[in-house]
Amino acid sequence: MIMTAKVFHARHAMGRTVRGPALVARDGFSARYDLDRIAGIFSRPTHKLAGQSYVGKILVLDTAKGGVASAWMLHEMTSRAVVPLALVLNSVNPILAQGAALGDVPMLAGFDEDITAAVPNGTEVEVNPTMGMLTVVAR
Amino acid sequence: MKLNEEEQDILSGKAGPVACQALQHQIKVGEFFGAEDFVPVTQAHIMADSESLGEAGVRWLEGLAAVTEGQRQVRVPTITDPRGTDFAKAAFLGQKSAMLDLERRTISAFVKLGVAMTDTCINYQTIQAPTRNEHVAFGDTGVVIYSNSICGARSNFEGGPSALAAGLTARTPRYGFHLPGQRRATLHVQVEFAPASLNEWGALGGVIGRIAGNYWAVPVIEGLEGTPRSDQLKHFGAAMASFGSVALFHLVGLTPEAGRLFDIAPAGLPSHRIARADVDALRKSYHSDGRVDVVVFSAPQLSLFELRDLADLCEGRRFAVPLLAVTSPQVKPDSDRMGYTARIEGAGGTVLSGMCFYQSYAREIAEANGWKRLATNSAKMVNILGGYGYQPILASMEECVDAAVSGNLA
Repeated sequence: MIMTAKVFHARHAMGRTVRGPALVARDGFSARYDLDRIAGIFSRPTHKLAGQSYVGKILVLDTAKGGVASAWMLHEMTSRAVVPLALVLNSVNPILAQGAALGDVPMLAGFDEDITAAVPNGTEVEVNPTMGMLTVVAR
Repeated sequence: MKLNEEEQDILSGKAGPVACQALQHQIKVGEFFGAEDFVPVTQAHIMADSESLGEAGVRWLEGLAAVTEGQRQVRVPTITDPRGTDFAKAAFLGQKSAMLDLERRTISAFVKLGVAMTDTCINYQTIQAPTRNEHVAFGDTGVVIYSNSICGARSNFEGGPSALAAGLTARTPRYGFHLPGQRRATLHVQVEFAPASLNEWGALGGVIGRIAGNYWAVPVIEGLEGTPRSDQLKHFGAAMASFGSVALFHLVGLTPEAGRLFDIAPAGLPSHRIARADVDALRKSYHSDGRVDVVVFSAPQLSLFELRDLADLCEGRRFAVPLLAVTSPQVKPDSDRMGYTARIEGAGGTVLSGMCFYQSYAREIAEANGWKRLATNSAKMVNILGGYGYQPILASMEECVDAAVSGNLA
């Protein structure tokens, strides 16, 4: 099997290396505003991922939205294992970074191109915060 | 990050494990954003309702509160955002005992950590407004945007764990809006109408927030006539922060850093015009079938003046659907003394204290009470409650009171 890979470099990075399916949309992210955290789905009707499960997915989204609750909520979501595998965003606010630090959710942010346009939805990706790299693996 | 001697001591554990853990968390966040060092802060404000914390967050807090070695209490005045309940009205809201138990455990842990339970998101109106250039670590996006923009203070959005860490270490990583360069405008907004009611101020803030679109955007705004009041700017900023994650705006000729446009704005900024039609479009995007199940005034908590206005509107009315007005524990006793609470509750409304509607298990209380179609004058709240299964409707305070009487809102 021939493997090809495309690599993107992030200016901001945190956490462990993980690999999984990408769930991609040009939309924002807020744990309080956008999610049904019990069911593990996007619940805000106007969100582009409304109705889709985020559990075990590497979310590739545009920017952090909304309030400060995500700083606690990622930790709570991690405790129940109903949590994204990693967060990848064009831009991030302090709340998501603080939440990822407490909740142990790997995160990359800040790319030279629109990462939501560069990564196909559903593809396998690797998040490597140590290297500040997002790798899209096509089989 | 560059650490001074005191910070190295904290990191080595000389102040005990609580302060050490707090500083480790702050370094992780600071390095993520490329902070070179720490900046001392004078106040911290913690958002920590039990719905957000969950069992895991409460246990984490209790773990800190159980430490007996070294420094366990905060070093600077540290206060709290609204709780997830008003204990006196929990039965009315349909909240379950498990929710209240989590709240009690949260409060107990915070008290052991030396945190003052003010339970308010309008501390800039009721506790102590920060001064220009005062570095603080505030949570609640509405508190941060008001403090940064109107007071000229310096804060990032500090989520609960980071605000608590700042209280414990009396410092925060120096990045974002602690840096003068980050406070310069990045977009220009020309407003071409005069908002009047609080819902119009909120909707205008929401439109600007959507245009700005992210935390690092700083709108500089022209075209607003006269001198806005604190409550108007409260709704304006809270909605801008909610819709756009914006933490700082400038009003030319009004806010401390924007005496003149060129004081804060480089030449050639992208510019946007906002007309009444833009604000009307935002309002119309929230609609229902005309029926209203509940009316809520909250987000941010109401000032004494807002409660006075609401009490006036309640005169001689009788509500057919529940009307909730949410304020802070600092304002509530004055509202009681002035007779505003009695006038609102005499019409069938309920005045709640120390909570905020959307931070109080909004999904569960909707299910317990059959609330879905919710009318409010808070643009911030209509932005939030869709995710909790509500059909929110944005209207003026007068229209909302009428809706509470008739059960309808066109």
